[in-house]
Amino acid sequence: MSWEPRIVGFLCSWCSYRGADLAGTSRIPSAPNVKVIKVPCSTRVEPAFVIKAFQSGADGVLILGCHPGDCHYIEGNYKTMRRVPLLKKMLKQFGIEEERVRLDWVSASEGEKYASVVNEMTEKVRELGPFKANNGEGQHGKN
Amino acid sequence: MAKIKLALYWASSCGGCEIAQLQIGEKLLKLIDAADIVFWPVAIDVKYKDVEAMPEKSIDVCLFNGAIRTSEQEHMAKMLRDKSKTMISYGACANYGGIPGLGNLYNREMIFNRAYLETQSTDNEKGVTPQTSIDVPEGKLSLPEFFDTVRSLPQTVDVDYIIPGCPPEEKTTWLALEALIQNKLPPKGSIISHNVKAVCDDCPRTKNEKKVKKFYRPFEIEPDQEVCLLEQGILCAGVATAGGCGAMCLKANMPCTGCYGPVKGVTDQGAHFLSAVASIIDSTDPEEIASIIDDIADPAGTFYRYSLPDSLLRRAKVS
Repeated sequence: MSWEPRIVGFLCSWCSYRGADLAGTSRIPSAPNVKVIKVPCSTRVEPAFVIKAFQSGADGVLILGCHPGDCHYIEGNYKTMRRVPLLKKMLKQFGIEEERVRLDWVSASEGEKYASVVNEMTEKVRELGPFKANNGEGQHGKN
Repeated sequence: MAKIKLALYWASSCGGCEIAQLQIGEKLLKLIDAADIVFWPVAIDVKYKDVEAMPEKSIDVCLFNGAIRTSEQEHMAKMLRDKSKTMISYGACANYGGIPGLGNLYNREMIFNRAYLETQSTDNEKGVTPQTSIDVPEGKLSLPEFFDTVRSLPQTVDVDYIIPGCPPEEKTTWLALEALIQNKLPPKGSIISHNVKAVCDDCPRTKNEKKVKKFYRPFEIEPDQEVCLLEQGILCAGVATAGGCGAMCLKANMPCTGCYGPVKGVTDQGAHFLSAVASIIDSTDPEEIASIIDDIADPAGTFYRYSLPDSLLRRAKVS
């Protein structure tokens, strides 16, 4: 069986999840590689969630939130805007390419944008290939 | 009452844990009254073969410090586990991997190249790096295998208790030893420490809303003695670190680096610390945020200072 990118998508319930819904009801084709997890706000996505996704076998992580200024909780997405770049910088030290994590803004009316972000991300991860976390498991000490 | 049989051992560590054990001072006499030390390489002359000859579970308590980096350390950890009724992981290296655990950002080959070939002060024309065995006229000489990945003690053997710290504070060490002497050890799996939620709860500094425009490394700034260091842009791990140490570093005007391990309920100390630091950046402009993040030279080494092998990813992927 050929390899397909496995991407975990954390979608804010107020904007991006509804944007994904709109993409579906509008029958806009998008890649089926993103496994969606609905979160109350993009800032609910702790860095540990992203790390856990990679540790559990994800090849990429997509975080989608409301556009800056539109957060239901006023400034949640600003916190996400600060966390993700620092997380990416750190993940690079772990050998995880920055492109494997993407943060973008999708509103409830942007079904088209949702589909294009998902398609772009899927193609990007396909180019990068599978990610296998090195958990130091198996024989002790072996890489 | 029969005396407690106590063993103390070191693996991949700096020797600071032994100093911390001696730091209990005259209380050492109380310990000696209650316990016979049967194995302690730093202080008494007992050989490995003497430990091998001890029957299983004949040692009551083993205090083990240091991470597991070589095959010898793994062997000793397993042997001492077999010989001891109670195994206590002592100090950040044994508990979470500690400073040696930062080697997990690299592998053996990279570490050997750096240590034995590339360092400016190294003169190694033949490019010799440690081998596990070599034939010499007198016979075969061997060295333990150096692993690619450092592990904590709990990742190597079953551990009964954890004593946190780098090294554990005197009061933390004594808390454990006193419980041991009085035969009042807590339930298995406990972290033996003064139950303080986070270092911030121990820290006497004034704390206000945190908004940071620039991060500093400790040598780049002379911090105010009274105000929260994180508010001043110094990466202080107090928010992500269990208290109990008495915030000693903070009282010396230095940031917490996280040695007492994650706060209760958190599995990945580094991710928790990263999250707190990023959230206080005072900007809503992506470019400005990027330039503020540039101030943080080594995120992995800062956030996972003592806990990389114990983190979710455990090590970096190196090609």
